Amino acid sequence: MELQLRGITKRFPGVLANDSVDLTARSGEILGLLGENGAGKTTLMNILYGLYTADEGQIIIDGQERHFEGPGDAIEAGIGMVHQHFMLVPVFTVTENVVLGVEPTNFAGIMDMKEAAREVHEISSKYGLEVDPEAITEDIPVGIQQRVEIIKVLFREAEFLVFDEPTAVLTPQEVEEFFGIIRGLRDAGKAIIFITHKLKEVLKISDRIAVLRDGKVVGHTTPAETTQEALAEMMVGRPVDLLVAKDVASPKEVVLRVDDVFVTDTRDQITVKGLSLEVKAGEIVGIAGIQGNGQTELVEMLTGMRPAASGAVYLNGEDVTDEGPRGIHSRGVAHIPEDRQRRGLVMNFTITENIVLNTYYDPPYSKGIVMDWDAAAAAAAKLVELFDVRTPSISIPANSLSGGNQQKVIVAREFSRDVKLIIAAQPTRGLDVGSIEYIHGRIVRARDAGVAILIVSTELDEVMALSDRLLVMFDGKIVADLDPTQVSATDVGLYMAGATP
Amino acid sequence: MTAVSKTQEHVFTPAELKRARYLGITYIVLALFVLWFFGVGSIGEGDATLKLVKPTDRFKEFPNLVLPAAIFSFVVAAMFASLGAIQLTRGFKNMGNVVLAIVLLFFVFSFLTWAAAGKSFSFVGMMQETVKRSIPIALGAMSGVLSERVAVINIAIEGQLLGGAFVAVVVGSAVHPWMGVLAAILTGVVLGWVLAVMAIRYRVDQIIVGVVINLFVLGLTSFITQRILNDNPQFNGSEVFRAIEIPLLSDIPFFGTVLFKQNIFVYVTFALVAVLTYGLFHTKWGLRSRAVGEHPKAADTLGVSVYGYRYLNTLMGGAVAGFGGAYFIQGSVGQFDENMTNGRGFIGLAAMIFGRWHPVGALSAALVFGFAEALSGKLSILQTPIPSEFLGMAPYIVTIVVVAGLVGKARPPAADGQPYIKD
Repeated sequence: MELQLRGITKRFPGVLANDSVDLTARSGEILGLLGENGAGKTTLMNILYGLYTADEGQIIIDGQERHFEGPGDAIEAGIGMVHQHFMLVPVFTVTENVVLGVEPTNFAGIMDMKEAAREVHEISSKYGLEVDPEAITEDIPVGIQQRVEIIKVLFREAEFLVFDEPTAVLTPQEVEEFFGIIRGLRDAGKAIIFITHKLKEVLKISDRIAVLRDGKVVGHTTPAETTQEALAEMMVGRPVDLLVAKDVASPKEVVLRVDDVFVTDTRDQITVKGLSLEVKAGEIVGIAGIQGNGQTELVEMLTGMRPAASGAVYLNGEDVTDEGPRGIHSRGVAHIPEDRQRRGLVMNFTITENIVLNTYYDPPYSKGIVMDWDAAAAAAAKLVELFDVRTPSISIPANSLSGGNQQKVIVAREFSRDVKLIIAAQPTRGLDVGSIEYIHGRIVRARDAGVAILIVSTELDEVMALSDRLLVMFDGKIVADLDPTQVSATDVGLYMAGATP
Repeated sequence: MTAVSKTQEHVFTPAELKRARYLGITYIVLALFVLWFFGVGSIGEGDATLKLVKPTDRFKEFPNLVLPAAIFSFVVAAMFASLGAIQLTRGFKNMGNVVLAIVLLFFVFSFLTWAAAGKSFSFVGMMQETVKRSIPIALGAMSGVLSERVAVINIAIEGQLLGGAFVAVVVGSAVHPWMGVLAAILTGVVLGWVLAVMAIRYRVDQIIVGVVINLFVLGLTSFITQRILNDNPQFNGSEVFRAIEIPLLSDIPFFGTVLFKQNIFVYVTFALVAVLTYGLFHTKWGLRSRAVGEHPKAADTLGVSVYGYRYLNTLMGGAVAGFGGAYFIQGSVGQFDENMTNGRGFIGLAAMIFGRWHPVGALSAALVFGFAEALSGKLSILQTPIPSEFLGMAPYIVTIVVVAGLVGKARPPAADGQPYIKD
């Protein structure tokens, strides 16, 4: 079978998301669709899945043009999509999630869950997708939830399977396993479209690669004909330095010391369980780990947003365990939060207002109870220049900036103060390669200036490249303290999964 | 990654442990309370006689429940104290809520023996009244379950009950009682439609729409009652449906009288609970409805119409609440009074939450509330030293405490109250 997209064009107000895109997917083949965030991959796939309608262009399946009014039509035509954020109802059983929308029923509309569970079992054994049909979805690990998504698609007898950034939530071992599964699906005659921004993965799994940039297909290639560097250049439009350039660190005195801390999350579950660590001036310490192993709570505790249930935190020898966010900030700690739009910026505040968000109460920005907006605007104008924030003006709201520029505003605010410690959570999540390069460079410069840096990231490649010392967090504890130049990604992956290599 | 799933050993969170400790202390406090007020308080007052049959019943010789008031309360106090001790030392694990229910039940009985010490009163009559009074609450709760399962919060249940009652009396007295019931159902549907359009299409805050509907119905019905109904009593007097005795079942002592000598509204409500429970958990409609309430985007990507199910269920909820409105007329007094529903819709919502968005749970909660109402009615007859208004209030206070602190967190449908925006 063959699926063709011809001349697909989609405009959003002010943006040309897809610009006459041509793509072909065939049975028994894996098509890698590579592109940066914002290149138009997701828009394209939403058009294919009937969630958006294209302004121009055709979808052709086996020579026949098709029109999709909604996902129902796309499913009918044999298209199945595994979304980046899983579309599973957490409180449903695996079987309920699989059959939702196409429930096997008897004459009276009563569901036949036995039959459904049997079919789920049949699919799972046919394609090696082991799951327990009776398990409640929210109780099973993410890797298995992904299998449920795949079974869902296969249950609807899809011939064209679209995977949108499927490896973002998986450990390196799970990624291997997942690749095995999709190769199996290909060999069973399915057509696979694999969407990603990860160069390594697209080279490893694809039979053919299409590169998308600024809504246009800028190249077709195959893994045999290309390299990571060539792909990166195609994706970004200019040569890119994929490695983080930095010298060997020269750590000095201990700046941050965390001593046997326990932290509970919003649901009162203990998620940080007796964690200790140290960060020295002039070194970058990276914490790797799968999302949900207590990293979020750890960072919130360190920045004063969440109390520690027990244990102690010392900053330059001073006990700051019970300090709130302002106490922590005023002691020279910079924080790049995980969720930049909710915690890092006030989205409908201007750039100027966001720049002085944590210093507005001090001179020169305020005199007594009156703000001096001229001083704030002057500082903002200087920082925008210095930190290369691409914006038409400093008086536009933060939500009209791109993700990369929003992050640069935060970096500008946090790095421009006299800081001794930088705590950065997911500092480059969702950013384009250019912004990532820039932010990495800034972090390394801060280190060389003698700042202690703690990076928490679920992107293993990022922490491995950036850190001088690599800690692995699993189940609320540090389970390994490694030298990133001496350890393989596979071994780190095992630690991340709670095993020992 | 080879083990697909394993049964997890339950690990108690700090919150659960705290709750268990509070429960234990509560039991001990209740033990002391029962010991002093109901036990010592009824020494020398004699036996309490709780009548389990009515003189009109088939087996009217069935013995009554005679309890020595003081001794009974002493025994209850001892039982509470030991349950509290067990709760504090090793806990009841999964049986925690069952124990809580038993404690509350015995507390009520102990209270009744104290109130009725040396006298006799018709327990069977009170329970019959309990079932009757729980009906509008249960119907309101079912209406809430229907709409909240698809994530539409319906505060307008109160207005739907009141509007239903008003239309039921006018149409019921002018045309035919059954037409009154039908018109009440339609009224509920129309009000549900207003809510649905506002909440689903225009994404107005659902709480505000609900409040506005309630105020609108209250104002309109009060106005028409004062201006028209009061001067034209021929429009304000519908026939009340009589009790239907179910053959054989109604002969069962006590339970037959309580459950099977009731009017059609009671039977329909019970049937509705059964149908809804089965429907929600065993049919296509139920699975899709729940998906729409929990994760609308997931439902949408699978081709399930989120808006369609939200409209459908909100309208069905309106129909159920409208039917509940007719209960006040054709099922109860036959006459309309200003604001006669008096907050039953809101209590229905509380029953829904107490019952954790499950029809059976909601019915049970409605029965508890119905019992509270029936109890305060009975106690004014028994002439206890406590003012009956206070007694009417006390069960709700208990409920607030129970819902807030002891039952544990109820989990609403994940998308409850959130409009769904297709992008």
